[in-house]
Amino acid sequence: MQIHDTPTLKAEARNLNFYYGEVKALKSINMPIYDKKVTALIGPSGCGKSTYLRSFNRMHDLYPGNRYEGEIRFYPDNTNLLSPEVDPIEVRMRLGMVFQKPNPFPKTIYENVAYGLRVRGENNSRVLDDKVEQALRGAAIWDEVKDRLQEMAPNLSGGQQQRLCIARALATDPELLLFDEPTSALDPIATGAIEELVHELKKRVTILIVTHNMQQAARVSDYTAYMYLGELIEFGKTDEIFIKPQDKRTEDYITGRMG
Amino acid sequence: MKPLTTEQIRAVIAKGKFRDNLFKAIGVFCLAFALLVIVALIADMLLKGAERFTLDFFLNFASRRATQAGILSAWVGSLLVMLVTALAAVPLGVAAGLYLEEYAKRNWITNIIEINVTNLAAVPSIVYGLLALGIFVYMFGFGQSILSAGLTLALLILPIIIVATREAIRAIPAMIREGSMAVGATRWQTCHYHIIPYAMPGILTGVIIGLARAIGETAPIITIGALTFIAFLPPVPFSEIDGGGSAGLFDWVMSPFTVMPIQIFNWTSRPDPAFEVNAAAAGFVLMVMVLSMNAVAIYLRYKMRKNIKW
Amino acid sequence: MSANNASDLPGVSDRLAYNAMRNWKERLIETVLLAAAAISVLTTLGIVYVLVSESFHFFQNVSIIDFLTDTQWTPLFDDAHFGIMVLISGTLVSSGVALLLAIPMGTIIAIYLSEFANPKVREVAKPILELLGGIPTIVFGYFALLVVTPILQFFLPSLPGFSLLSAGLVMGIMIVPYIASLSEDAMRAVPMSMREGAFAMGSTKLYTAVHVVVPAAISGLAASYILGISRAVGETMILAVAAGMQPNLTWNPMEPAATITSYIVQVALGDLPHGSIGYQTIFAAGLTLLLITLVFNILGQWLRAKYREAY
Repeated sequence: MQIHDTPTLKAEARNLNFYYGEVKALKSINMPIYDKKVTALIGPSGCGKSTYLRSFNRMHDLYPGNRYEGEIRFYPDNTNLLSPEVDPIEVRMRLGMVFQKPNPFPKTIYENVAYGLRVRGENNSRVLDDKVEQALRGAAIWDEVKDRLQEMAPNLSGGQQQRLCIARALATDPELLLFDEPTSALDPIATGAIEELVHELKKRVTILIVTHNMQQAARVSDYTAYMYLGELIEFGKTDEIFIKPQDKRTEDYITGRMG
Repeated sequence: MKPLTTEQIRAVIAKGKFRDNLFKAIGVFCLAFALLVIVALIADMLLKGAERFTLDFFLNFASRRATQAGILSAWVGSLLVMLVTALAAVPLGVAAGLYLEEYAKRNWITNIIEINVTNLAAVPSIVYGLLALGIFVYMFGFGQSILSAGLTLALLILPIIIVATREAIRAIPAMIREGSMAVGATRWQTCHYHIIPYAMPGILTGVIIGLARAIGETAPIITIGALTFIAFLPPVPFSEIDGGGSAGLFDWVMSPFTVMPIQIFNWTSRPDPAFEVNAAAAGFVLMVMVLSMNAVAIYLRYKMRKNIKW
Repeated sequence: MSANNASDLPGVSDRLAYNAMRNWKERLIETVLLAAAAISVLTTLGIVYVLVSESFHFFQNVSIIDFLTDTQWTPLFDDAHFGIMVLISGTLVSSGVALLLAIPMGTIIAIYLSEFANPKVREVAKPILELLGGIPTIVFGYFALLVVTPILQFFLPSLPGFSLLSAGLVMGIMIVPYIASLSEDAMRAVPMSMREGAFAMGSTKLYTAVHVVVPAAISGLAASYILGISRAVGETMILAVAAGMQPNLTWNPMEPAATITSYIVQVALGDLPHGSIGYQTIFAAGLTLLLITLVFNILGQWLRAKYREAY
């Protein structure tokens, strides 16, 4: 690949274990996330890729009985996101997340995008207007909704809803954007639009994306991690992973012999 | 907008968390207040009425002298009215629920019945009293009898039993029905041997909740003109009557009567505070009756939710 | 075992006869069940028939204009007046007091149980709340008159022995469990993904509850409020016991007043002859009550339909 490509670290999992009660769902994961790159997490259902993704913004803290071990270092300030001293709300304010199924709030389109800003105490309508427009443009949905900002968001189509959710995440300038199978509930055309968007977004923001679709991983990502049964089997540049995987299990998976 | 500094973000979070905790305190307070009121209510009746909890209180008729007054005719009346209510409401309610879930075709008749059941549940109970006054008491000539009261309360709790029956039937998976039909059973055989037995716990829960509601109802029974001062019991079947001869099997259903809530109402409205004690004691007895019925029903329901796995 | 012996099997005509009888029996059963279901429709028709026909006789003697505009309600006096507004004012004031207490308190309890309380607290509190919903209203009436009124009089010495305030507050307590329980159901039905979306944006629990969960559950909340209103408007015994039964056109909760329901009780306790104008008044009052609850129910269904569309 490009020779001048010397990526900087945005985050790094160090010896990360995770338990749902007694069940160990992640087994000593060590993995870098590079700044302004797209990293894809692939693997069969139940391999822990979503669990891993949701560790970054401490979503597991919402439910009782979950436990982390190890660290996720976040740069440039070198914070351990999983440290008990770090407030999960503060973590979530720095990261954005887009879910498997579009989950717009039962509010207007405008208020959906302004949500994160209002959470942060921003109520100045000029600032909000600006930010909402920027975010909607960033999510490539501005032209479709600019005349109907006061309509209820749940009335949008599925693909539009998902782009709205991306706009909602973008509005607060997240340092890392987490995508949890963002296209699994969408049709191919809407999926294409989201993929294009991801490509566009990586100029501004680091992206970690879980996908069950290997072609998608190959299309959108710079780095790919293959997970299996809670373990990180292989991590590398996407081209290398897909062309000559080092591990037999990765090869089996991407060639469709296992799934 | 400049990005917020870490300090600013932390200040925002601290404010949010403060509000969280404040709300949590308010929530606990409201919950505790609601529960406390009930505890106060029960404790007040128990303490105030304590001196009346003797066998005599249960075996004496109402009287002008508070200390000698008892609830005999009231609790006997309540039980008899409940008997009529259950005999009328349970078969009707279960049959209606069964029809709506298992037989009804999707047509306008079914729609009307469904809308109707929903709306009936929201009709104030005193309106049922007016209905009964016009229909049972005068048109049918049942008078101010146990029969009139029992049927009134039966109509009142019919929607509860219908809804409970339907929910219980709906929880039975289609494969049970298909399995039964597949071996050649008719619809009724399927209902008789499968649907009704499996739905029984749910139906029972609805019946108990309905009867608990009925036993505490006062307004509709006052409206049909139940007497408050009754110093006799309805005739026991085949017992001798004062005027000679013996009572028929069903003479009691036409008898005047009083029930627990009306007795309490009567005692509560008297100016003489000595009767407050009676009202408290009778109120406590009624509460125990109603709450234990409801507790059984709620227990049944929670148990069912946990146990049934198809 | 003589299974292959053909003579043991019923002949074709026998089987057809059996089928015919079975079909006939099935039809009969279905008809009986339908009749049972039709009883509920008959109940409604009966209610409408009784209320309308008796009210019809009533309105032959009293003009509807007087009924709606007169400011006195003295049906049993020689100088009889039939101004229903007198009773409606009592009903509205007591319901207003009840709902001012029950709606905020019920909603707060629902939010607390659904979004804050740990599952163990919820598992205990929910059945107890449901239990409270079953307490007979006559017991609440006793409580209002003999416990709450004296307590209120301690703080408000001018409060009379009977008052809409005292009855209304107790009525509110009675309604809290309904609103709390139904609202909690509605909020728990909001998908977890919605909450996760809000938490992922960095919102706190309260912010999520108020800005995401409550709007998502609004149709369920509205339904619970409407039920609460119906309960308050139709409640009888608490008012008959604790609010006094004298007709009083007032908007002041500190006063005693009759409501539509307590007036019906008062007349029923007396000995009015069947067919007299006094007897007919309770049906006219009952019809008014039914219309008021009907309006709220239609409003509730409309609200539900409206929000279901939006969300």
